Amino acid sequence: MSDATISQSYEPGTHPDLPPPLLERGLIFWVRKNLLSSWYNVTLTILGVWFLWTIVPPLYDWMFADAVVNAEDRTECQSLGDGACWAFIHERFKIFIYGFYPEPERWRAILAFGLMFVALGPLLFDNFPYRGKAMLFSLAYPFIAAWLLLGGLGLTPVGTDQFGGMLLNVIVGVTGIAFSLPIGIVLALGRASELPAVRIICVTFIEFIRGVPLITLLFVASTMLSYFLPPGTSFDLLMRVLIMVTLFASGYMAEVVRGGLQAIPRGQFEAADSMGLKYWQSMRRIVLPQALKISIPGIVNTFIGLFKDTTLVIVIGLLDMLGMGRASLADAKWAGLSSEVYISIAVFFFICCFSMSRYSLYLESKLETEHKS
Amino acid sequence: MKRIVLGATAALAMMATAANAGTLDDVKARGELICIVNSGFVGFASTDASGKWQGYDIDYCKATAAAVLGDAGKIKYKPATGKTRFTILNSGEGDVLWRNTTWTFVRDVDVKLAFQGVNYYDGQGFMVPKKLGVKSAKELDGASVCIQTGTTTELNLADFFRVNKMKYEPVPTENNEESRTNLLAGRCDVYTTDASGLAATRATFKDPENYVILPEIISKEPLGPVTRHGDDNWSDIIRWVKNALVAAEELGITQANVATMAKGTDNPEINRLLGAEGNLGGMLGLEKDWAVRAIAAVGNYGEIFERNIGTKTKIGLERGLNALWTKGGLQYTPPFR
Repeated sequence: MSDATISQSYEPGTHPDLPPPLLERGLIFWVRKNLLSSWYNVTLTILGVWFLWTIVPPLYDWMFADAVVNAEDRTECQSLGDGACWAFIHERFKIFIYGFYPEPERWRAILAFGLMFVALGPLLFDNFPYRGKAMLFSLAYPFIAAWLLLGGLGLTPVGTDQFGGMLLNVIVGVTGIAFSLPIGIVLALGRASELPAVRIICVTFIEFIRGVPLITLLFVASTMLSYFLPPGTSFDLLMRVLIMVTLFASGYMAEVVRGGLQAIPRGQFEAADSMGLKYWQSMRRIVLPQALKISIPGIVNTFIGLFKDTTLVIVIGLLDMLGMGRASLADAKWAGLSSEVYISIAVFFFICCFSMSRYSLYLESKLETEHKS
Repeated sequence: MKRIVLGATAALAMMATAANAGTLDDVKARGELICIVNSGFVGFASTDASGKWQGYDIDYCKATAAAVLGDAGKIKYKPATGKTRFTILNSGEGDVLWRNTTWTFVRDVDVKLAFQGVNYYDGQGFMVPKKLGVKSAKELDGASVCIQTGTTTELNLADFFRVNKMKYEPVPTENNEESRTNLLAGRCDVYTTDASGLAATRATFKDPENYVILPEIISKEPLGPVTRHGDDNWSDIIRWVKNALVAAEELGITQANVATMAKGTDNPEINRLLGAEGNLGGMLGLEKDWAVRAIAAVGNYGEIFERNIGTKTKIGLERGLNALWTKGGLQYTPPFR
């Protein structure tokens, strides 16, 4: 450093802000502080880099560089490259998505899927244009979707046994999610009710549901129900599954919402009473908005769990995405490509579940009104 | 109170019989056969690129639908796991089980199923890498063996080594896929399961020529169709559809020539089978040309075998025990008369 810099003087308070010294900023500083701050951090960093070095390049080669996207069968795939044989997924993509849904009618599934986002928009985002009117569409959506998927009234009917693949996961998941929340809220309120009959019914239901595995309920729905129903009645299998999944999720939802309700201070209920609000008014305007806000992480957690549980339908003979994958794996033309199939399905579920969890974070930050200490 | 309980029991019993009797009428009324199949088993049941079911067991479903309804396409497939298959059948959610199911005493007698014969004679075998130089299962003393836990194959394996006074090191796995990976990675010297499964697994290897399936078969696994107890007419139909396909091979009737042969031949047995003489179909409650429709849909026994699992396919199974009795195998049908 030259003498000129040292001798330079400023009036008090006029010294310009200088950038931090080179070693205290930028990438070097970040690396030193976070990766090399002590001997064990240095060791961990070296191990980490070594680990990534051994895992990532081969994985990249397998998944992308040496992967084969176009081939007729597994033998051809292997002759073209050593990596993943995505040609299999490429060929089976449509049946992974639609299952056995007849090809000429698949536009209906796409339309129903697209409309789902239109229906979800006003429910998920409060700055949605024309939200009030759009809500009406959201209410009508379940009926529109059912009509589109099942047919009738001018469309070719499609039996629910032809549903499969991702279509089935989405139908079961979305139905369960959409109906379990309101039912769960009612159950939670019922459990906190002062009327013994209501309380006992709700508690019994919730405890029964929570005490039985979903797989058992599905199995009962698929095989035992025909012993109880009058002979000759056949009750659509998918319908039974939807009802069971919804009831199952409602039981869990009720407990999540109850947690939220119990976190509301007694004073809030009393304040609502003192304002002369009726029970439903005080719940709708005072208690539930606060309770549900607290419960958001738990609610979304239940949704995500429910969505992943939809793969259990394979035990009752419905082929969801995972089931279609397994059935395809048994094709002698492609057999042995299980990694490719399971990775693709994992990616699909990750995208769905991760977006749900991101949305819940967005909602939490948007509804944040208190100052956290 | 007692009366109510009795009434309810009677009602339940009635329902159960209603569900169990008259499967043929149910199928005809529905216009569709509900066939319980494997949810994925190489060569026996799988889906193709357009989502259509295919395989050895699937062809039998098609033959049944063709014989009963006259259309091999009128089938609703119900994929079942090993654990759920019998419950689905017994609850009336399916009409017939064509799902590589081993006929055993307990299943037949205690689980109240009706086995309708054997369409595939399987048995437990061993697969080893060629470089071990093992030629017979009797040379496997001290080997580490990949074995799926909780299966009959596990017990058969223990028996076999005990009888031959050999030792082995079990490497337990949960499923076929895990065993396959273990064998390829050299974590076990031998993989044992049903011979058809071994062949199917070997077909998925990169280098199938480096693995050999040893000649010894150490257990009996007769696979066949299953129906519910108590519907004899329906059971007859399933049994004789299966027999008709074997008889067709025996008599030289194929998918290609069945239409010509159905017009009448010099062989009275062919004529009876195909309905040109007598009315065997009518006795089953089916049309006269039931067997013609089944054979036209999927071909005879040999054709089904060769198309799905035979030597020309990737699975490459020899006929072995499944050759006709006239050719040293066990496939045999009672006479059509």
